[in-house]
This record gives sequence, C-alpha cells and structure tokens, in this order.
Amino acid sequence: MAAIRTKRDPQTYTFPGFGSEKFPNLMLRGAGDLDNWHLKVYEQKHEGYVAMKAALKMEPVAVTEEVKASGIRGRGGAGFPAGLKWSFMPKDTADRKFTRYLVCNGDEGEPGTFKDRVILEYNPHQLIEGMIIAGWAMQCQIGYVYIRGEFLWLIEKLEAALQQARDAGYLGKNILGTGWDFDILVHRGAGAYICGEETALLNSLEGRRGEPRVKPPFPAARGAFGQPTTINNVETLAAVPPILRMGGAEYAKIGTPKNTGTRIFGVSGHIKRPGIYELPLGTPMNFLVEELAGGSSTGKKIKAIIPGGASAPMFDAKDFDCPLDFDVMKSRGSMAGSGGLIVMDEDTCMVQATLRLIRFYAHESCGQCTPCREGCNWLEMILYRIEHGEGRMEDLDLIASLTPRIGLRTLCPLGDAACGPMDSALQKFRHEFEHHITHKTCYTTGSRLLSTVGSH
Amino acid sequence: MNHPLPPETSLEPLAPGLRLPESDRKEFSAEAIAEIQAIMAKYPEKLAATLPALHIAQREFGFVSLAAMKAVAKAIGIPEGHVFGVATFYTMYQKAPVGKYHFSVCTNISCALRGAAQLLEKVCEKTGVKPGAGPSPDGMWSVEEVECLAGCGLAPCIQVNHDVYDELVDEQKLIEVMEACKRGEYRPWAQ
Repeated sequence: MAAIRTKRDPQTYTFPGFGSEKFPNLMLRGAGDLDNWHLKVYEQKHEGYVAMKAALKMEPVAVTEEVKASGIRGRGGAGFPAGLKWSFMPKDTADRKFTRYLVCNGDEGEPGTFKDRVILEYNPHQLIEGMIIAGWAMQCQIGYVYIRGEFLWLIEKLEAALQQARDAGYLGKNILGTGWDFDILVHRGAGAYICGEETALLNSLEGRRGEPRVKPPFPAARGAFGQPTTINNVETLAAVPPILRMGGAEYAKIGTPKNTGTRIFGVSGHIKRPGIYELPLGTPMNFLVEELAGGSSTGKKIKAIIPGGASAPMFDAKDFDCPLDFDVMKSRGSMAGSGGLIVMDEDTCMVQATLRLIRFYAHESCGQCTPCREGCNWLEMILYRIEHGEGRMEDLDLIASLTPRIGLRTLCPLGDAACGPMDSALQKFRHEFEHHITHKTCYTTGSRLLSTVGSH
Repeated sequence: MNHPLPPETSLEPLAPGLRLPESDRKEFSAEAIAEIQAIMAKYPEKLAATLPALHIAQREFGFVSLAAMKAVAKAIGIPEGHVFGVATFYTMYQKAPVGKYHFSVCTNISCALRGAAQLLEKVCEKTGVKPGAGPSPDGMWSVEEVECLAGCGLAPCIQVNHDVYDELVDEQKLIEVMEACKRGEYRPWAQ
C-alpha cells in the first residue's frame, strides 16, 4: 500500500461566517484536516455514521421519502431531483431476480470543476456513509465508485477508508444486524471525459469503450451489467448524511424553495483567492466572486465568467448578479452545471479561450455520433484559422450554422456542451472575432496573431 | 480551400497495431495474473476487468504495448480486438514508452488563464523533451499535454506520474519538483 498523500492543499475552504446558520457547513466538514479520512476522527468530530445508523432503523421507502422531502437536486450537472431518481428503481425489493447496483460518479473531468476531489481527499467517509444510506434506500447489493484514473492517490485513500468501514461492520454481510448485505468497490477510470456521462460510465464500468448508450432503457431499468442501477454524483451522495441528520424538511429550508441545500462551488481563473466554497444555492454570483474570492487577481476588470464548468454558456458583466441556482441560471441562458466558476479578466482573448474550450471537446468526443465528432473538429479548425489570422467574415456565419446542427442531435450532451461556450462567446464577444478577422491582430492586446493559448 | 492543420498531434489516428512500439516484456508475472484473477472476482462479468487489467499491464510493461494488450486478453479470456479497442480509446493508457517521471501538464482553460502555456514551454525546456515525443535519452523524463486534471484552483497544475499535483507558478517550483524526482521522492512511473 502506497503512502497516502500528506501534503496540504493551498486552496481555501473557509471564509468569515462559514459554518454559521447563514452559511452552513455540511459538505466541507473537516476540509483541510488531513486526518479526517480516518473513521475514528470522522465519528468523533463530525457526527460520522449517525445518519447511517438512524437510516438502517427506518424503512427503505421512508429514507427515499426523506431525501425527496429535502428537494436535493443532482449535483453532477443536470440538476435532476435525487429522491425522484431513487424512486425509479424497481419497487419490489424482495424480488431477487435482479441485482441492484448503486454507482457513484467520481469521474470529475469538467474543466473548472474540482469539488469531488476535495470530498474524496478530506471526507471519504461522508461519501461512504451516503452510499450506504442510498444503498439501503434502494436495497442495492453492490455499490461501485467510479473515480477518474488520474486520482490514484485518492483511490488508495478511499480503499483504505472502505477497509476501515468494513472492519467496523458498516459494510459486508448483515450490516448492523439488519440482514442486508452491501459492499462498495472502487473502479478506476482511464482518462476519458465522456465517462462522466452516466451511460458511458456504465459502459466503462463493464470494461468497454466509454461510449454513451441509447436511452431508453434508462439505467434504473437496465444499467450496469443489465441490472437496475442508480448513478449519483459524489457530491449528491455525500449530501445524504447531512440530510438524514437534520431531516429532509429542515434541509429544504436552506437555499431557495426549488433549489435546496448547499453546493460546493469551485472558483478558478483570474481570481484572487481561487478555491472551493460551500454556499447555499441561490447565493448571488458576484457575492461569491467579489466578496469571498476577492475579485480579479490581475487588477483588471472581470470580463466574462463561465458559471458551471466549461460546458456552461458564458456570462458577461450584465449577468454577474445571477443567483447560483439551477432555474434562474437556465432562464438567463446558461446552466448551473457542475458548479465550477471560471473567471476571465479584460485581457483575456475570447477567441483563444473559445478555441481552447472547443479543442477540449474535439479531443474528448467519443466519436460515436457524427454531428459531435465532425462538428467539434470543424469548429476547432475554423477557430484555429481565425486565431491564426486566416479567418474570413463568412466563418462566423459558418459557425452559427454549425452549432444548431450539433446541439440536441447526439446521444449524450457532449455536443450541446461544446455549443454552449461557442454560441455564447460568438454572441457576446462577436466584435473580438471580427477584429481578429479584419485587423489580423488581437482585440484585447493588439498583438499579432500566432501560436499557443496565453501567449498574447 | 487551404485550411491550416489543427494544432494537436495527439488527434492523429493511431497507426495499425503492428506499427505500435513494442515492449521487451511479453508476458505477465505470476503476481500480476493473481491480481487480475482477484479483480475479476469483483465483477459479475469478466469483461469488466479489462480496464483494471490494462492499468496493471501499464505498470508491468511500462506502457500498453501490443504484447501487453495480448497478455491482458489472454489473462481475462476475452478477444484481443476488444482489448485493443479499449486501450486505444482511453488516453491514460500510454501506447508508447514514457520516462521514469512522466509530467502531465494541464493546458485547459483554467490553467491556460494562469500561464499553463508558458509552464509547458518551461517544462519542455528543463527536461529537454517535446510533449508526446517519448522519453529523454536518459529515460528520466517525458512530457504530455493533458486535459483538465481537476486542479483548477491550483492552476497551473502538473501531475508527476500518478501521484502529485502541484501548484506551479514559477520556474523555482518546477526545479524543486524535478530535484525531488531525481532524489527519488516521487513514485517512479512503472510501480
């Protein structure tokens, strides 16, 4: 067993008032404390496994009802109500012809998102506890945690934490005398962004190429190994113990009525204090960016914010007051996504930034659906041409005619994800693209056009 | 129409099997076979052991060569073609040899905003290798440009083998990391 990393992250986890009633600390308890992955520390300091013991005394249906009452929406990106998702599993739990699976999605690959990593690093037991509760609610037999391949040290840490839980009798046969068997196994990914999509993740779990499946059948009917499966994000499952501890109704009071609870936001880019912040949903974006994260790090004005991981359409200055929740963000033309905010200051060349984002999608497209595979590559080539001073005015119309032919025409949302930043950049910063084409220089810096991102 | 070529070399389609670099090793060790057997027991279907077995192969062979793929197929008892398809789909399986210390430099948006391009240049300059061009002559270093490493708050960030993420802003920090590699403080690639 290799050494478990003991280096502290220089990221910020706390701010004045964090942990009070206004800004409850539910997910980041123990963040920054490197000993917190020990079962003993978690139990003694953070009410560990209290919720699990209470849940195992309840009827499985009652646990699902409690999660439904909390109103928690999936934290992976789509914002689907988690309790509702759980209730899609086949009702007859006595039926042994199925093996029920619970899968935890820890394939965190969205640029700008780094929340799951913090949970796995500092609070793996909260995730394990959440998985046991979810497993009990749906009467699953096996839970798989799919973690991206780059997180090898976190996998080792989680394996060690799981062994502690097994030794304590929280996993394995006949858990705490309930007669229910459940175990959690870790599956390591191998560096494919697309495996964050739930059906692609299932294919990857089954040992295939990570290509999304046709839905329906939905995973709740036929998921991993053809059996009923529920897939939840790391953050969603880690939020389950606090929900059961405080009660669903109480949890629903945090945040706004349709967007309950707290969420972990990651702030990166041109920002003074980049890092992880846990805030109730509905908190205004400029409060997070200006007050907590300290505003721009370069002293220049902030030009654009990508509010929900790279796939979310960009916001320009007029939308910086948008509350961080699922519904308002959608109505303003973006999405809450995975909660990663990428801040860009005035000197950022939007053509370059968009090119970098599109290159990511062109690289990560699994190649299954033609609109995404070809479309993303063409977008990249067109942007590359503009960025290198060989663009033509009709290229902008070409882009505008390309994106509607990618979005909503693919099996999974990766194609749509590429269109989000592309469309919004072209719409909000069209003058920069035009300047590149007509002047052959960069709009923001005035320098001649060439080479790699960040160089001008 | 005269289109400039896209910048990324890694997008080039992989050459057919025979043109892949070959590894010295041809077979799994007995321990690795036992490890793969244990992994197969974790899943209801043996096919599911493909990804973990390829990780083991990468550790044993140094990279996922054609022989490694064949060994995986043999150990699990699945078609070689399936293993080839999986191994070439995922980017973390290196299809060519890498150095003892493999630097993955993230150049995605969050890192790019904080100087990842300059960092990549610096890493290449210090190690004397080009991204994706195989290890340095002494076999110590190799460099790869990767997509987001989920270290956006620590941007620009790099990963050394599978272990360490670091906040790397300046040259000094990079030199420290390379010195630590030379002293053997980080786990080498194939371990």
